[in-house]
Amino acid sequence: MTSGDDKVDVSRRQAIAAFAGIATLPALLAVFDANAAPLVYELRPEPIAPGIWVIRGAQEAIERSNGGAIANITIFDTRDGAVIVDTGPSKRYGLALEALVRQLTGKPVVRAYLTHFHPDHVFGNQAFAANVLSAPRGVIDGLAELGESFASAMYHAAGDWMRGTEVMRPGTECSDGVETIGERRFRLMGLGGHTPSDLALIEETSGILVTGDLTFLDRAPTTPHADLARWRSSLDTLSAIAHARLVPGHGPVEEGARGIAQTRDWLSLVEETIRTAFDRGLSSNEAMAEPLPAWTEKVALARYEFERSVMHFYPKLEAGEWPRVDKAG
Amino acid sequence: MSMWPASDRLNRNSCRTVGDRMGRTLSAWVGVRWATKMERISARITVPSRSGLVNERMVHSHSRLAGMKRRLKSVIAAIVAATAPFATAVALEDPLHSVVWADMKEQFFGAAPVVFDDRIKVIVPRIVENQAQVPITADARALGGVQKLVIFADLNPIQHVATVVPKKASPFIALLMKVEQATPVRAAALLDDGTWHVGGVYLDAAGGGCSAPALARKDADWSDTVGHAQGRMWRDIDGAARVRFRLRHPMDTGLARDNTPAFFIERLDMRAADGQSLAEVELREPVSEDPTITMVLRLPAKDPGLTIIGRDNNGTVYQSVIPAGWKQSGASSRDGG
Repeated sequence: MTSGDDKVDVSRRQAIAAFAGIATLPALLAVFDANAAPLVYELRPEPIAPGIWVIRGAQEAIERSNGGAIANITIFDTRDGAVIVDTGPSKRYGLALEALVRQLTGKPVVRAYLTHFHPDHVFGNQAFAANVLSAPRGVIDGLAELGESFASAMYHAAGDWMRGTEVMRPGTECSDGVETIGERRFRLMGLGGHTPSDLALIEETSGILVTGDLTFLDRAPTTPHADLARWRSSLDTLSAIAHARLVPGHGPVEEGARGIAQTRDWLSLVEETIRTAFDRGLSSNEAMAEPLPAWTEKVALARYEFERSVMHFYPKLEAGEWPRVDKAG
Repeated sequence: MSMWPASDRLNRNSCRTVGDRMGRTLSAWVGVRWATKMERISARITVPSRSGLVNERMVHSHSRLAGMKRRLKSVIAAIVAATAPFATAVALEDPLHSVVWADMKEQFFGAAPVVFDDRIKVIVPRIVENQAQVPITADARALGGVQKLVIFADLNPIQHVATVVPKKASPFIALLMKVEQATPVRAAALLDDGTWHVGGVYLDAAGGGCSAPALARKDADWSDTVGHAQGRMWRDIDGAARVRFRLRHPMDTGLARDNTPAFFIERLDMRAADGQSLAEVELREPVSEDPTITMVLRLPAKDPGLTIIGRDNNGTVYQSVIPAGWKQSGASSRDGG
């Protein structure tokens, strides 16, 4: 090829590039524009009793479309200030929640209980003072241990919603018993099983029982840190508590105890199905494809959470149940 | 440590940096040699990001990225088609639209004939819960005459995951692997006519797993358990032996930031009591710590058990015998149940 040809080629290439640039500019600007729109959580508090609201989380996995706002948040008005249970998935959510509470109650948040260390419940902590944040010792320690890993996973899953979010540890350690704030009495119960440390509480003047992720309703429970036997024992404890309404960690607020029953049924289903698949010699992928009963069709994310549970429990079964077969063993 | 370059941190970094995602983060994690290679790949994948017109969310939207890649590829294909109307060779259209397919084809198949074949199944979970432990299955049992089954992942720093020479085994293996990012995962079967048949799926590693990712072996005393093996055998409906086997081993990739050298099980030989080889399995660095495999093979009727001889790249040999306990699996060796 001669140098003359090269020149022609270059100018032609430039022309093509210029044309391509003009042609794609509107599309690129549109993309840029859409992504430049600020991310705003639209928090819709639903009144569940006088002076008490719940912000329902989406019955979904943590995604960019929901900003990780998948868990229920409870708000109590008291004459001495507002009390909330859990702070949401991000700093941005926490700030929006703080503003909403002021708007609803005209008061600041004086107490924020954290039900457990999972990121969709505690990553709004930065919007509140450390000593306002209250959790059992196990939650505080668990957050110290795994918070950074959770943050990484959340940044990956929810993206820009997480901007500026850092792990913030609660400054107040709570223990079992009643904490009175204004006219309300919060009876705190340190339980466990969904994670190593789960806090449930009942506000005794209203009978509102807030279970955190010890109960899920119409949304499949998650098991990354579950101890199923202990979880069942916690469900037994909750079953014995008379309540007006039950706020599950995920799902609708109801009067009865359907959340407790459905969570118990799910845990049994997952444990038995995975156990049976494991005993039959199925691989993880084969176990994930095992059929689930018809009732789970009405449970959001049933197959998704079942697959996750296979990945949580299979390695433990393999390590714990198979006999040694090496010569040294 | 023993794991892949810590995926959680990579993800987080990638959330906060725009463009040059693989190149920059990888150079921090795996050293210059791999980073250079991945930057070459990255340059082709992330063309739009280099123009500065992509923000964080776009970089993270794998589906959109995949969409862009597809569009880019179709544009390139259109240009190629327009400018080379007299080309005689028909380019093989990769159903997964991988930008590195040509490199993969050359690396794994050289000049041998290759066809895409959806009878070869690759099964992956819909969500990656832990990037260091992703269960995958390669299944070419719908084809006859499979001489070799190769598993690879296009966008892993080390693409080759495992190779099975089935002999008396079915062309089927389930194992757990490490993934660096969303990537095609493929299984290629070499048939006795010398043709490679390739199947695969796109594994989206941008799932939403909120559990602690990659709890790598934190025991300082891993050497106490290295070589410990566990396993069990079942009989499938048609009488084939279904074997599940776990061998404790760090499976160091050699790419970790702390310069731990590569140290991994590179071979598992499955043998009958008389020493006859029933299957050979080659494992590579991407196979997860404590390799755990599922296979289906024909064990001679009177054999009391299956002998598995493992060897790592330091030359250590690990010998195990899985007794033929013969529990019924209820699974069919043809379709995996």
